[in-house]
Amino acid sequence: MNPTGFFRRFGWPVLLVILAALPIVGIVGEGFLSHVLILVLLNAAMAQAWNIIGGYGGQVSFGHSVFFGIGAYGAAYAVCVSETTPWPGVLIGALLAALVAILVSYPCFKLKGHYFAIATFAIVEIFNRLFMIWDWVGGAVGLDYTILEDGWKNFTWSVDKRGYYYGILIIFALVFSLVRWISRSRAGYYLRAIREGQETAESLGVNSTGMKLAAMALSAFLAALCGAFYAQYNFRVDPPMVMSLDMSMKFVLVTILGGIGTFRGPLLGAIVLVPLQEYSRAYLSRLGSGVDLIIFGLIIVLMMEFQPGGIMGIIQHYSDSKKRTSRRRGVTEASS
Amino acid sequence: MKGETILTVDDIHCGYDGVPVIHGLSLTVMEGEIVAMVGGNGAGKSTTMRTIAGLMHPTAGRITFKNDDITRIPAHRIVSMGLSYVPEARRLFSKLSVRQNLEMGAYTTRDRAEINARLDRVFDLFPILKDRANQIAETMSGGEQQMCAIARGLMSAPRLIMLDELSLGLQPSLVDKVLETVVEIRNSGVTVLLVEQLVQESLEIADRGYVIQTGAIVHAGSSSELLASPEVRKAYMGM
Repeated sequence: MNPTGFFRRFGWPVLLVILAALPIVGIVGEGFLSHVLILVLLNAAMAQAWNIIGGYGGQVSFGHSVFFGIGAYGAAYAVCVSETTPWPGVLIGALLAALVAILVSYPCFKLKGHYFAIATFAIVEIFNRLFMIWDWVGGAVGLDYTILEDGWKNFTWSVDKRGYYYGILIIFALVFSLVRWISRSRAGYYLRAIREGQETAESLGVNSTGMKLAAMALSAFLAALCGAFYAQYNFRVDPPMVMSLDMSMKFVLVTILGGIGTFRGPLLGAIVLVPLQEYSRAYLSRLGSGVDLIIFGLIIVLMMEFQPGGIMGIIQHYSDSKKRTSRRRGVTEASS
Repeated sequence: MKGETILTVDDIHCGYDGVPVIHGLSLTVMEGEIVAMVGGNGAGKSTTMRTIAGLMHPTAGRITFKNDDITRIPAHRIVSMGLSYVPEARRLFSKLSVRQNLEMGAYTTRDRAEINARLDRVFDLFPILKDRANQIAETMSGGEQQMCAIARGLMSAPRLIMLDELSLGLQPSLVDKVLETVVEIRNSGVTVLLVEQLVQESLEIADRGYVIQTGAIVHAGSSSELLASPEVRKAYMGM
């Protein structure tokens, strides 16, 4: 088996084993690098969750911070208000996010093209304002965690980050494995068919509204799990932090940078963007606030201008030109 | 062998965003026929097809398929009733392979053996597609793509297939070839409703025809009657 074939077949489980081994070999523990790695996995999982509907289904949603926020508030509410472990809140939050996704997406799916994206912008603003004035979930102040005992029961680790790392690795593995399975199943083909031509897909018998709603619900459920993790990791939630256009843009931009509608794209996008964002914030923030965002924006603009297929587009381009060269060489050798 | 009425379109009116396009159009298709609906660009042929297929709904009138009222039934359910629609300009899923495109056409069944049997049937009809099965659809020639689109429409095992502007973008020699396959499809037991701008070519293979103009039927009859009609010949064949 050649290296490409091996990577295609075993790359994913091998990657998971390597990631699981990082804390054992001492790369993940305390410190900034551990924080960056956790955020890379979190952002990759968020982007992949978005990729289900935005990439494979072709419905560009800017509303995913709503689902992320509902997940975050679910966990935080369980801990801060109900004073239980976060787990019931995580489950309820994720289910609620899926339900909200269905309810808000149904009318939005009647809209086509840019109008769908614009509608999802509006939904973020509506939910942000609602949560800002909703005292039951802390209003604009949000919910602050009390100190909990470390461990899986409370999903809390105050110093050592290995628990969080394994927690997000499980979510990462779940999201990526699900998307890998979907992308190879009939449902994956149907989603791609809807993306390429909704009317054509319908004329073949595909229930496009049903498929899109199912994809959106799953995407929202997984985004909410990521949100719950985010709340537990930061020990607090408030509307601008979890339910904002900034947060929605993260879902979209990481995927676009890596390669929209591809399996590896969200991870590649997170590997590039998150360290860049975190290290530029750490080292360049003295130059003034927002320098990291300027770099972030510049990369996206350059990528859109020169390679809209993202990092996966660049890889594909080089892979295709390599194949062409070897084919040409084969033809030349055969004729000589 | 012509049988019972399989499709009845009765006095339908429809349009886009409140602008009427079809004004009281009626037609019938009998089982085992090739029926051609011909007319100029913008006459309302494709709108009629889209309405029958359930992609849009009429504001008035009634459509029945095999005695079932399908006027308000959404497109995805109409396909499973046995009515297939091949839209104009082929509209293949360009990034999927030929086989994947064809399997998309068999959406209404989950039975793998049945899907394989249908694949064999369309490969018998279009042997070139068997050779191209793993090729990405967009890399095929226009004629091959058109055959793939027709084959995909046949993968749902329809009783009636509606073919919209098969000749669009094809060179004349390929048009003849594609129209020959339409006859083969009918001979295999599938009724055909064909929409075309190429009036003479489509009427030559059809049993009956309808001439549509500004959203209404202006002539109807057997193909030989329409081909012999001085009005039709003058208006649509330049004779």
